Amino acid sequence: MLNYTIRRLIFAIPTLLFISFIIFIILDMAPNDPTGNLPLTIPPEVRQKIRESLGLDAPMYIRYLLWCNQFFINEPLNMLHQWFGWCIGDCEGRLRVESWITRSPVVDSIVERMPQTLWVVGMSYVVSILVAVPIGVISAYKQYSWFDQAGTLVSMIGFAVPTFFTGLVLQIVFSTMIPSDHWAWLPSKYNTLHEVTDWQSFVYQMRQMAMPVTVLALYNMAQLSRFMRASMLDNLSQDYVRTARAKGLRERTVVLVHVLRNSLIPVVTVIALGVPTIFGGAIITEQIFGVNGLGALLIIGIQGADIPLVQTLTFIFAVLIVLFNLIADILYGLLDPRIRYE
Amino acid sequence: MLDQNANVLDVANLKTVFNTRDGMVHAVNGVSFSLAPGELLGIVGESGSGKSVTMMSLLKLLPMPPAEIQGGSITFDGQDVRAMSEDRLRRLRGGEIGFIFQDPMTSLNPVFNVGFQLMEPLRVHMGMSKAAARVRAKELLELVGIPDAERRLKDFPHQFSGGMRQRVMIAIALACDPKVLIADEPTTALDVTIQAQILELIKDLREKLGMAIIWITHDLGVVAEIADRVAVMYAGQIVEHAPVKELFRNPQHPYTRALLETLPKVEGPRNERLLSIEGQPPSLSEAPSTCEFAPRCKYAFDKCRTDNPARIEVGNSHDVACWWDPTTGGPRDA
Repeated sequence: MLNYTIRRLIFAIPTLLFISFIIFIILDMAPNDPTGNLPLTIPPEVRQKIRESLGLDAPMYIRYLLWCNQFFINEPLNMLHQWFGWCIGDCEGRLRVESWITRSPVVDSIVERMPQTLWVVGMSYVVSILVAVPIGVISAYKQYSWFDQAGTLVSMIGFAVPTFFTGLVLQIVFSTMIPSDHWAWLPSKYNTLHEVTDWQSFVYQMRQMAMPVTVLALYNMAQLSRFMRASMLDNLSQDYVRTARAKGLRERTVVLVHVLRNSLIPVVTVIALGVPTIFGGAIITEQIFGVNGLGALLIIGIQGADIPLVQTLTFIFAVLIVLFNLIADILYGLLDPRIRYE
Repeated sequence: MLDQNANVLDVANLKTVFNTRDGMVHAVNGVSFSLAPGELLGIVGESGSGKSVTMMSLLKLLPMPPAEIQGGSITFDGQDVRAMSEDRLRRLRGGEIGFIFQDPMTSLNPVFNVGFQLMEPLRVHMGMSKAAARVRAKELLELVGIPDAERRLKDFPHQFSGGMRQRVMIAIALACDPKVLIADEPTTALDVTIQAQILELIKDLREKLGMAIIWITHDLGVVAEIADRVAVMYAGQIVEHAPVKELFRNPQHPYTRALLETLPKVEGPRNERLLSIEGQPPSLSEAPSTCEFAPRCKYAFDKCRTDNPARIEVGNSHDVACWWDPTTGGPRDA
């Protein structure tokens, strides 16, 4: 298993290099101009100078290699310096990948945005798992019961109704129809500057997270609970379940030990593969509730032709996808003894 | 004939139906049999004749709904099984009655090791500690002839061959020293040499442990080799029942006779093609009111198409549910 993991990690290097190249080329081909948003009064020669100062006059492969150097060597070294205080080489004068718009280091603004996304999107993911797994188990065990039918209906709604719609409906109900002094009132906008210092502020944090988390969780839950249900149904009709019953085990043991363990194998894989999407943020939901997360950052970057920012974010997503694919494979091997990687 | 009360298992007039979307299916229609301690009862019949459903009904192992036991009595060791609580029934399953199933490839849980699966009934029914159960599990694997038992406990089902897996299943079924072992086509999914090994093993274990066995099969050869008594099932009913030698010497029911005729002979001339019984077994949307075999029977006459025959004693502990008498070639006077 360890050998397998190391081998997969080594294989990930060429994969990621290839991905970085593709990202670089695609963004380079995009008809974007970082000076496009500047006032029209700026004469073309000055625009040209600005482009040159950004290094855009160099040939593509030079820019790619410089970017690689920045991205794979300078930024990681800088992170070591910032987080652990380890200084390798020239720590103070090191170049950073800078946003063309804000002129601040891209990595810093990503690190700044990360907590909001993790709180809201990550929490919604956790909530949806915690809700979806029991729903899937009960729905399958009591197939075609009223519980199953209701679960199916909720799942279909979760699937079919887009998040911008559920988000607005929740805002209308909980932020406008309920008076703001009522306990059930929820803030319609997420306050990014809010800090949790005591119980009261923690409660406020929970309240402002409630709606975005619900909106996102509903969608995820719909998917996961259907998946869990299908997997449980597959396993409930297996011969080994009959054996377990014939051994005189309690129904609870049969379902929650024998069947659940088998049913979780594909579901855990799906959950692991879905984790990178958390970091990708939920662009629409973040927009509706004003959560200043990574999704919002990406949108701003795209609109402003901020290529370094978009490159960095896209590449981070690529790394996460490769990484969680590996994690999913490893989990699969741990859960299912029939699969052994050599 | 043994005294009724001495039987370890008595089943009388058992009826099981399935309520499906397309209506009821009458899978078991008034099955009665008994089992003495230490005895081996063979149950023969083609696919869909209700053999397995009968046995699963005994311990309520069928999914209910759609299955429903509509009538009859089941007495195990003097106790009424149908009236038992779910808790008591669970103690019966795996504790006093062991089950072996047809396909050892799918009957074990793939994600737990064999030791865990073998220790489960020991811990549930006998209240053993983990350590004690492990010792017993190792003994059981040795009992069913699995070499290097200690190490094999940690192995997963996919690391065993088909025959070895069936041995594990047998070990699980025998774990709590049951009074009755129900083997539902335990050798059907195995190849012939492994089949022979498993048969030997069961014979051997029966001698050592002395439990009664119900052996479900569609293989008359297997029955001839190991059974004391045989019941032949057709359309959810026992159509003929006799001690094994008597049945093979003196088959009464046209179905049994046809089954025996389909066996290829070792001596004498052989047919180019294997013989078969023409037609299909009936699908039972209603409880049988006529002889269900009549449409496929070459001796059928009017009465067969209007009345369902009851089981009639013909001597030598032999009974048959048929209106036709093979000795006279005409209707039976009953």
